Formats: sequence, structure tokens, C-alpha cells
Amino acid sequence: MKAKVIITPKPEVLDPQGKTVQTALEHMGCTGVGEVRVGKYIEIEMDGDADTVKAKLSEYADKFLANPNIEDYRLKLED
Amino acid sequence: MKFAVLQFPGSNCDQDCVHVLQNVLGHPTRLLWHKESVLGDVDAVLVPGGFSYGDYLRTGSIARFSPVMQAVKEFADQGGLVLGICNGFQILCEAGLLPGALIRNRSLQFRCEHVYLKVATQDSPFTQAIPEGKLLRIPIAHGEGNYFCDAATLEELEAKEQILFQYADRDGDVTDHANPNGSLKNIAGICNTARNVAGMMPHPERAAEAALNEDDGRLIFESLIAGLNPAPAPA
Repeated sequence: MKAKVIITPKPEVLDPQGKTVQTALEHMGCTGVGEVRVGKYIEIEMDGDADTVKAKLSEYADKFLANPNIEDYRLKLED
Repeated sequence: MKFAVLQFPGSNCDQDCVHVLQNVLGHPTRLLWHKESVLGDVDAVLVPGGFSYGDYLRTGSIARFSPVMQAVKEFADQGGLVLGICNGFQILCEAGLLPGALIRNRSLQFRCEHVYLKVATQDSPFTQAIPEGKLLRIPIAHGEGNYFCDAATLEELEAKEQILFQYADRDGDVTDHANPNGSLKNIAGICNTARNVAGMMPHPERAAEAALNEDDGRLIFESLIAGLNPAPAPA
């Protein structure tokens, strides 16, 4: 199955990239734009049932794919 | 005393470190390729700057899985001296040998310039030979040097005097204006609680010989050497 890992900067971490994108959107004339946060998106092909994949991926994300000092992550699975 | 300088694919300050340690300071130094799993007979390890593994995923995040880093972890756990410079600092944080993380500069710019460093404590093997009150003028060159950690970690860093260097202005005042990257508390370098592992974003190896008309960085290497000479190497 295809697993998706979405990684975002923790709320308390300054995200200058997000801030810059927000400003650029405003410069484009976009209205109604609030805070922007820029993160990462990773797709991984995994074998196994959903529970196993979720357990394994959480471990991989905790140890490597995300840095718990600065990032949060969430997982999505697709058949 | 004997130094090892690590070399990852993408390291680019390794030869500068070897030059300073070997040719300027006269200590035997060898390069250790990332695939080596044994450090051999060394007194101190330098993790140099560069863009190890292309900075993929996060700066320093891939290097920590290399065989040589497992050996460095063991060496550090036994009290061996380890200094990470720039990308080396990022690697040591990712490897969990130092607390916190280095994130994108708040300006989003790659900053390549000279900075002044206030030496926050002389009580470390990395700062002990620096005269009291001496302000160091050393270059930085990084895009991700913005030191971040949670509030509890920062409190511990301050309480245990683990902050070694802070960005300052030419008068030695630690101001926001003198902060080139947005680091918490203007942090430019820290050490671990055991004080044998340190990381810093500025490049002392680029300011370590009189021929360059700047040698403040030399004081950091001389601190390491002064600390090791009287004491036997860690077991």
C-alpha cells in the first residue's frame, strides 16, 4: 500500500519559509490568506496490513523521517 | 595528540580542518571516510562542515546513520572529545549527541560573513585556552544555522552553562541585530552536559593562521590540545 507522511514545523517553531510564502501570496493580490506553514510530504510503498504499516511508519517517523525537536507528522494510508 | 576528521559525501571543509591541525598546529591528523566503522587511535574527532549527503531530508539527518557515526557515538559515550563545525554541528544534533536542532535562517538567506562571538564560558575543553573577555572574529557560511530547542532544553542549557558561543556585536554585546540567523539566545555553539561534545556554526578552521591575518579560530583548537596534553586519552 502507499503510505503518506506529512511533516509540518511545530507550531512554536518559527517558519520563515511559510512567512515568505504568505507575504508573496499577499503581493500576488490574494485575499483572505492567513498563516502559511511549509512542510514536507513523503510517499512510501509499504507491505503489510494497515495496522502494521502504521506502527512501522510511526517508528520510522519518530526516529528519522521527522525531527521531534522541530517537526510534527501525520500518516495517511492508501490501498 | 592525534585528530581524526570525518569525511562524508558532500563534506567540503574537511581538508581545511586537516590543514590547520596538521600543518598549522603540527598534530597528526587523518581523514576518516564515512564507511569506516573503527576510529582507531585518536584523541579527538572533528565533524567538518559541508553538505553531507546533499542535505537531503534535513541537514545532517542522513550522516548520522553512517558506520563512522556509530563509532563516534561510542567514542563520545566514553568521554572522547568531539567537535562539530557547521554541518558537523547539524549532524551531532541529528545524531542526538547534542540537544536541539538547526533550522532555516530566519532571513532565508545563506549568510556568508564574519561574525563576532562572545565566549559564554571558558569551562569546557573547547574554550579553556581563550583569554577571558576575548571576542572571537570568525566567519560563518550557512543557510540553516538557526538554533532551536524547546523551552525546557534552553533552560537546561543555560543552567548547566552549555552555551559556549553567542553572536555579538563588535563591542561584545549580545543583541538581536548581531544575530545572523535567528538562533535562540544568539546561540552559535553549545556543548553536551558531559562537556566532551560540542558543536558550532562558525568556522574556526577558516580563521586559524596568521598568514590569513586572522587566527581567532586557532584558540578553539588550542583549547582542545591544551585539554588533551596533560590527560591520557580516553579508554
